[in-house]
Amino acid sequence: MAQTIAEKILSRRAGKAVRAGDIVIVSVDGVMATDATAPMAIQAFREMGGRRPWDPTRTFLVIDHAAPAPNETVANLHRLMREFARETGCRLYDVGEGICHQLMVENGHVRPGDLFLGADSHSPTYGAVNAFGVGVGSTDLAAAMLTGKTWLRVPRTVRIVLHGGLRPGVTAKDVILRLVKELGADGANYRAIEFTGEAVHAMSLAGRMTLANMTAEMGAKTALVDPTGLRLDEPFEPVYPDPGAEYEATLTLDVSALRPQVARPHAPDNVVPVDEVQGTPVHYAFIGSCTNTRLEDLAAAAAVLRGRRLAAGVRLVIAPASKRVFEEALAQGYVATLLAAGATFIPAGCGPCVGSHLGVPGDGEVVISSANRNFRGRMGNPRAEIYLASPAVVAASALTGVITDPAEVG
Amino acid sequence: MTHQPIHGPAHVYGDNIDTDRIIPGKYTKTLDTAALAAHVLEDLDPEFSRRVRPGHILVAGRNFGCGSSREQAPVALKAAGVAAVIARSFARIFYRNAINIGLPVVEVEDHRIQPGDEVSIDLAAGLVINHTRGETYRAAAMPRQMMDILAAGGLVNYLSRHGDYV
Repeated sequence: MAQTIAEKILSRRAGKAVRAGDIVIVSVDGVMATDATAPMAIQAFREMGGRRPWDPTRTFLVIDHAAPAPNETVANLHRLMREFARETGCRLYDVGEGICHQLMVENGHVRPGDLFLGADSHSPTYGAVNAFGVGVGSTDLAAAMLTGKTWLRVPRTVRIVLHGGLRPGVTAKDVILRLVKELGADGANYRAIEFTGEAVHAMSLAGRMTLANMTAEMGAKTALVDPTGLRLDEPFEPVYPDPGAEYEATLTLDVSALRPQVARPHAPDNVVPVDEVQGTPVHYAFIGSCTNTRLEDLAAAAAVLRGRRLAAGVRLVIAPASKRVFEEALAQGYVATLLAAGATFIPAGCGPCVGSHLGVPGDGEVVISSANRNFRGRMGNPRAEIYLASPAVVAASALTGVITDPAEVG
Repeated sequence: MTHQPIHGPAHVYGDNIDTDRIIPGKYTKTLDTAALAAHVLEDLDPEFSRRVRPGHILVAGRNFGCGSSREQAPVALKAAGVAAVIARSFARIFYRNAINIGLPVVEVEDHRIQPGDEVSIDLAAGLVINHTRGETYRAAAMPRQMMDILAAGGLVNYLSRHGDYV
């Protein structure tokens, strides 16, 4: 039976050949929860009678959503996570180490062919390393910590073939924004997405992560990126789909003519080419989130802002994806360039993207952000407007004070 | 366990209600369910948390609960007294989370429920009855695994009882 990547990975974990539509109980290769979801998961785990996770070495806790703690309630939730990690021996990433998905990939905790559960909706990001990453809530995660298993329905797969090559200044973010528009907010609900085509083969690991990450904005259960061209530190056995595998649909996009894309308030699928919103005044530019704040993103922002200053009245806040990304950006000189341009760095973490702290917009303010969601209130204020774009568009807009195509300021 | 009868007036909202509108991220970092309930649906309808009473039913359009994996979303609704959510479709993580915490969720693609309609839900039969309009709607079938978890009152009870998935 010819299988999709999703069917192959789940067959291995179910111990039998499975196909789309089957409901299966599967073993998991790893689980991850953040300070937004771990406290509830720990509570549920204990209520289930759990004492130690089924495999503490495959259980990861990350303090990233409100880190360092903005108030005593959060500080005590962080304490709960630290104590749990100390008692059970599971791996904890504390404040400032980075954003959960970046840490899982950067440290090789999630590997090609894995089934990895994240108590965070952007867990499809792991498809970048050819793994089946799936987002769950706290109680599902607690159950996986207890049993080493979960249940799920084997998803049907939508195949997206990306032909051609991206123009300079156009990135994986622009591709995924365009696709979120095409499929809509629930266009991939319950589905797996497989990405393939020469534009994908040419993408860096960071670009693949951006691509897979925002499949969450079309409701996808998981995203699996063709491992052709994938480079990792460790050797790995790639999982390819079988010829003749059954797809629910195949969508083809030639990216050669694609221009930078922008999602308008208040929905990530409300996407237009940058030209249609060019000139919209912005007050606050944000480069951060699990979608777009890796080394190449900071490089792109630095390239736009080198030797220049932010527009008067505009602030640029940058939260690197991880401490390692920050160190590399320091070594490359990007941090110095961005600081000289007037940017402010905050610790590696999620902060402003999810409205926790470190950069809540004011009433009536317009934000241009490299993150993944612009729902009303997302950044902590329902009276602000959020536009989503690539780091290059965010940097160009911070430079001019209005939404700007980076090609215009090259 | 048999399900409690679900019967109450409907609060009706639209499509694509995301988890940030169910419970904004700035309020989610707590284990205090009453604190979550106080802000439920705040950015969608500031009056909701004052108007909702135990046993009321929330009705929505397509893709209810899209966005974040935060389980605080169904927890906030349940803590506010919502007895069940009926929607034309649900985002998958919200749907699972609701079942896992014992909040019944019912997918009904085609219905004409208006605000204030008296609605009852028969989970076992998969039916939604609109008493105000004298109409009955069929709910989408739920996988057996989910029915078992919901019947146990949620995944914590289910696993406390069985120790594993059965």
